[in-house]
Amino acid sequence: MTGPAREPVRTDVIIVGGGIMGAATAFFLRQRNRSVALIERGLIGQQASGTNFGNVRRQGRFLPQLPLANRSRAIWGRLNQLLGEDAEFLPTGHIRVGYTSEMIDRMETYARDAKAYGLDLEMISGNALRSRYPFFGPEVKGGSYSPVDGHANPRLAAPAFGRAAKRAGAHVFENTEIIRVEKEGEDFRVTSADGRVFRAPVLQISAGAWGNRLSTQFGEPVPIEAHGPQMCVTEPLPYAITPVLGVTTDVPEEIVYMRQVKRGNVVIGGGMRTRPDLDTRRAHVDPANTLSQLHQIKRLVPALDRLSVIRVWSGVEGYMPDDVPVMGLSGKVSGLHYAFGFCGHGFQLGPGVGDVMAELIDTGRTITPIAPFAITRFSQKQEVN
Amino acid sequence: MAQPRIVIIGAGPAGVRAAETLVAAGIRPVVLDEGARDGGQIYRRQPEGFRRSSCELYGTEAERADALHQTFDALKAKIDYRPRHLAWNIFDGQVHTLCEGVADIVPFDALIIASGATDRLMPVKGWEHAGVFSLGASQIALKAQACAIGRRIVFMGTGPLLQLVTAQYIKAGVEVVALLDTSPFSAQVRAAARLASRPDVLMKGLKMVGGLLRSGVAIHRGITPVEIHGDADSGVSGVTVRLAGGKLQRFDCDAVALGYHLRPETQLADLAGCAFDFDDVTRQFMPVIDGDGRASVKGVYLAGDGARTQGADGAEIAGRLAAHAVLADAGIGASAMQMAALRRERERMERFRMGLAAAYPWPHHLAATLSDDTILCRCECVTVGEIRAVATEKGADELNRAKAFSRVGMGRCQGRYCGQAAAEVVAAATGLPLEAVGRLRGQAPVKPLAIRAARQPS
Repeated sequence: MTGPAREPVRTDVIIVGGGIMGAATAFFLRQRNRSVALIERGLIGQQASGTNFGNVRRQGRFLPQLPLANRSRAIWGRLNQLLGEDAEFLPTGHIRVGYTSEMIDRMETYARDAKAYGLDLEMISGNALRSRYPFFGPEVKGGSYSPVDGHANPRLAAPAFGRAAKRAGAHVFENTEIIRVEKEGEDFRVTSADGRVFRAPVLQISAGAWGNRLSTQFGEPVPIEAHGPQMCVTEPLPYAITPVLGVTTDVPEEIVYMRQVKRGNVVIGGGMRTRPDLDTRRAHVDPANTLSQLHQIKRLVPALDRLSVIRVWSGVEGYMPDDVPVMGLSGKVSGLHYAFGFCGHGFQLGPGVGDVMAELIDTGRTITPIAPFAITRFSQKQEVN
Repeated sequence: MAQPRIVIIGAGPAGVRAAETLVAAGIRPVVLDEGARDGGQIYRRQPEGFRRSSCELYGTEAERADALHQTFDALKAKIDYRPRHLAWNIFDGQVHTLCEGVADIVPFDALIIASGATDRLMPVKGWEHAGVFSLGASQIALKAQACAIGRRIVFMGTGPLLQLVTAQYIKAGVEVVALLDTSPFSAQVRAAARLASRPDVLMKGLKMVGGLLRSGVAIHRGITPVEIHGDADSGVSGVTVRLAGGKLQRFDCDAVALGYHLRPETQLADLAGCAFDFDDVTRQFMPVIDGDGRASVKGVYLAGDGARTQGADGAEIAGRLAAHAVLADAGIGASAMQMAALRRERERMERFRMGLAAAYPWPHHLAATLSDDTILCRCECVTVGEIRAVATEKGADELNRAKAFSRVGMGRCQGRYCGQAAAEVVAAATGLPLEAVGRLRGQAPVKPLAIRAARQPS
């Protein structure tokens, strides 16, 4: 941490928001020899990046997002060498299951379409699935298996990126709240609540659920909503369920997913969400959601009935109405970049987003298609209306 | 007008007196208690079928115990008493309970939390071996089941409970190898004036110490715990301490009772959203309350050892006072005179609490001396060295950050038994004041929540 500076801090790039998106961007910018100031209101990776489920899942995503997810998956595979720290990534496989033939049909269609994006999925019918994975409940009609997806530890990944960025020369400012962002001539001027000033010709806003508060200052408001995911974890038991499991359904209450970590605990998420408080930065777990979620997890894996939950938690996630993030260049201000609002599915994407944003900032373009995530989709809609 | 829905959590001295006060005002409160019978920990009632006399169970406190039990027996028809109900969460004006695998919801207009205290623990190398119990647990084994925690026992730590439980084990005929107290006798002498705020209790204490001295049990004060010896197969085999004079001494034993006075059980207050303040005297965060027990959250009241460890007599006063505050705030009418008298009594209890804190200080300095390989978090097997490493090498100088990086306090006990020691380790390793290191944020469930309790929502 760097103390208050009298002179403005000047770098090539300023990143406001030190979640996994911002921390990974800072890290990859250093690999491209760009000087960077990473500014975080609290601590690196403390909000959604640190409280999410920990899914490193590609299947089920919006298809045009798969190239980005694939690029990210490749980085996950070499994350430990890259960062010099273990974020507990395990390519255990990921199984999506459904309770109705309609959902199975939908997964089959997805599996066919995903092939074109280089994602190979294996459809397995209910009985074959149960003979391979006897823990599934009788309601499970079938599933889609993605062999090289998996999971990682969200408490460790973003802070590891932050530390690696710092070791590589990034200026990391924690506990630094940014209250004003503006463009002054060719430079962005970024001011913190305690009066520090940061300057750079390039600015990236990766402030998660709070991103809109900053994009609005550049005349680009977005209809973001904050939601708190409902998570819980059981006591440890012998490591037996290796793949990550998730239910595909149109019924929000039925959505449930789980992963067992190597030390034995089962992490469970899904179902209804709560409304966090953006000012206190706290999201709560509604006990009714926990009970409903636990009811649902027993449909998926009945044997979990014999376990106990030892902890619940939530976090503050930013959701867009179309369920895809805001990522790429500003439509209004040159040098301004966005990467926020990842709608509860940003953890897997984090390393890839960092790599793509660094490429975009460094070269002015990226080989990975990100057009569907442009912030201009909201301004265009407003103009039509 | 409908009666306000008033819920009391806990049926120990504070909860019972709160219920009594509310019933006297014509209210029928819900009393949720985790125990199978009333009395709390201090006046825990033995299971049905046991036939020990109150005198055998409660010694000098038999009369007070009997009075509390009789009061509660007489109240049972006038309250909604729900024993074996764990309050596992508080959310949005409702207490979430669990009873034998069945989840339920109890809405409230006012909530009195009388959750009691648990042992305050400082780790020592080897404290994870089978045969190491907290002092409170050692006492419960004796009181509830007439069982001893071992055949040859060392009692180690400090605080009034250390002497009391040792004396109770001696009386029960168990071989006590030694009483090893980290507090020097001089601390008790210095605190004498404050302890004299309750002369009757001071006299009882002195009598008990006299009895211990006459018993011939080895008593060492001003000791420093070094290690509890043992192995995975046979558990504890001995304890080594540094005596006040500097000499290392080993005591062979098969069980150790360990504890450094008490800490308030504040998880429910935390889940209810109550604000906390740092208490310099005892070096711990405690929920903010006013003189009557009102917490920072409207409609939430805290009474007994769960708010301030003033002991059983203090808890009875605090329970009455909190109930009066509930009545006053509900406009039902409480006696101002009674409240004033209770507040005066409570102040005396508070002076005595300060006296105990000085007489038996929490040995926070031990945190800096623990070896790196000492296990601190026994649920998650996190060592002192791992906590120091995240604090100093990864910048986790705040306790919840240290938890996120190291898993300390993430297990079954939710940090109740290791959280305060973990904070001391982080403070010692970083040189930060303990207050800045903070406290573990409470997260539900208060105790493990059986998944079988989750049924199809109706």
